Amino acid sequence: MPLINVKNITVTYGKHKVIDNLSFSLEEGDFLCIVGPNGSGKSTLLKAILGEAKIHSGNIILDKELKRNFIGYLPQHNNIPEDFPATVNEIVYTGLLNQTHFVSSKYKKRADDALKTLGISSLKNDSYSNLSGGQRQKVLLARALCATSKLLILDEASNNLDYNSKSSFYALLKKINKTENLTIIMVTHDLDHKNLLGNKILSLDHDSPFFGSTDEYVRRIHAH
Amino acid sequence: MLTDFINMFQYDFIVRAFIAGILISVCAALLGTNLILRRQSMIGDGLSHVAFGATVIALSLGFTPLYFAIPTVLIASFLILRISNNKHINGDAAIAILSTSALAIGAVVNALSPGSNIDINSYLFGSILAINQTDIIIIAIVAIASILLYFTFYRQIFAITIDERFAKSVGIKTDLYNAILAAICSVIIVLGMHMMGALLISSLIIFPCISARLMSKSFKSIVIFSVAISVITFIFGLTASYSFNLPSGASIVCANLICFIICWVYNKLR
Repeated sequence: MPLINVKNITVTYGKHKVIDNLSFSLEEGDFLCIVGPNGSGKSTLLKAILGEAKIHSGNIILDKELKRNFIGYLPQHNNIPEDFPATVNEIVYTGLLNQTHFVSSKYKKRADDALKTLGISSLKNDSYSNLSGGQRQKVLLARALCATSKLLILDEASNNLDYNSKSSFYALLKKINKTENLTIIMVTHDLDHKNLLGNKILSLDHDSPFFGSTDEYVRRIHAH
Repeated sequence: MLTDFINMFQYDFIVRAFIAGILISVCAALLGTNLILRRQSMIGDGLSHVAFGATVIALSLGFTPLYFAIPTVLIASFLILRISNNKHINGDAAIAILSTSALAIGAVVNALSPGSNIDINSYLFGSILAINQTDIIIIAIVAIASILLYFTFYRQIFAITIDERFAKSVGIKTDLYNAILAAICSVIIVLGMHMMGALLISSLIIFPCISARLMSKSFKSIVIFSVAISVITFIFGLTASYSFNLPSGASIVCANLICFIICWVYNKLR
């Protein structure tokens, strides 16, 4: 059974169909990149998967073991004000709140592990406002990892990073996709990091809709 | 000064003012961290004006002020919450309209009611004589319940304060928490207004957090410093109010202002 099965969904915004009769499915361990121009419904699709957007018709079936609150989510714009007084640990712990009410040491271990995986253990007591853009992105990724062991959803999460930070961020995603067998869905604009992208691509471009393997997508682009 | 401080406790009204004030200061500081960090400090200010209007209307019409003001301010707080969540309405302006209207209606009703002898000044700037026996019981119950609620849901409140979208994604019922926080905020404002004055109660919510922020790098330390600053400035302010016969709210705000300047200098020199 697929981890996510999107069946003929249509999502409307007013009278405008943002997503029109879309179907695709993902297996556990897939790494899907969603591409397409602005307004093609990328963020809306993520919202639909997260259960935040109303689906007009069709449905999204999640694997029995994957509950909605257990999706690790990294939002598009950094929602945290730059000067917010909070430590890395405090922020990462909020990712545990789908599993525990009071965050006990048993759960804190999980946050420690996430920080270790991302190589930012040394920052755990630092103030978020003193971190660089790349470090902040990793903190938010650690928070998302605390919330999930199955599915990570990233909405153009690397937008405000420079080229090098972006490359290392993608490499990190690829690594956790492999080592943790974590399914990843990522909305992205840049396809210059081809070798670092996932195994599948969904294009929401109305002129050239596509769902399939990354290799096939690249071949098609070159053929044009 | 010290003998003055000890002597003042022989009066029942001072003891009541201290107990009520410390409880309200703690609650206001806790709520303040949430409102300030979400950039919603205007909400406290707006609600205090509504509380004033409701209290004056109740007194003019002969109702018990608390029983009339608490429901009115609760309704106003949910309205303000709605307004500030609505992207199509200019939130700041809407809050200003709501609060100044309430203030104006209160003043008009008071002027129209024959033989009214309400001391408007004490409601605007606060009075330590204001807390009676019934008030203190209500204040104690509400304040202790609010403090317990806050610490029971400390992580959840932090999560919605820092990033509401993410909080939603991990299944935190953000609308429910926002409603609870707004409700606590309303009740604390109504209860604290009498002592602090309608024009000054919002400073009890805003000042401690702003000062604490200058000293803190984590949310936990901001909460601890806010509460400490709030209680200490209250004690200094109320003592000064008693000793020099000053309006209580005004002297507590002045104590907060001095504390803020100290924190600011400390922050610059560090």
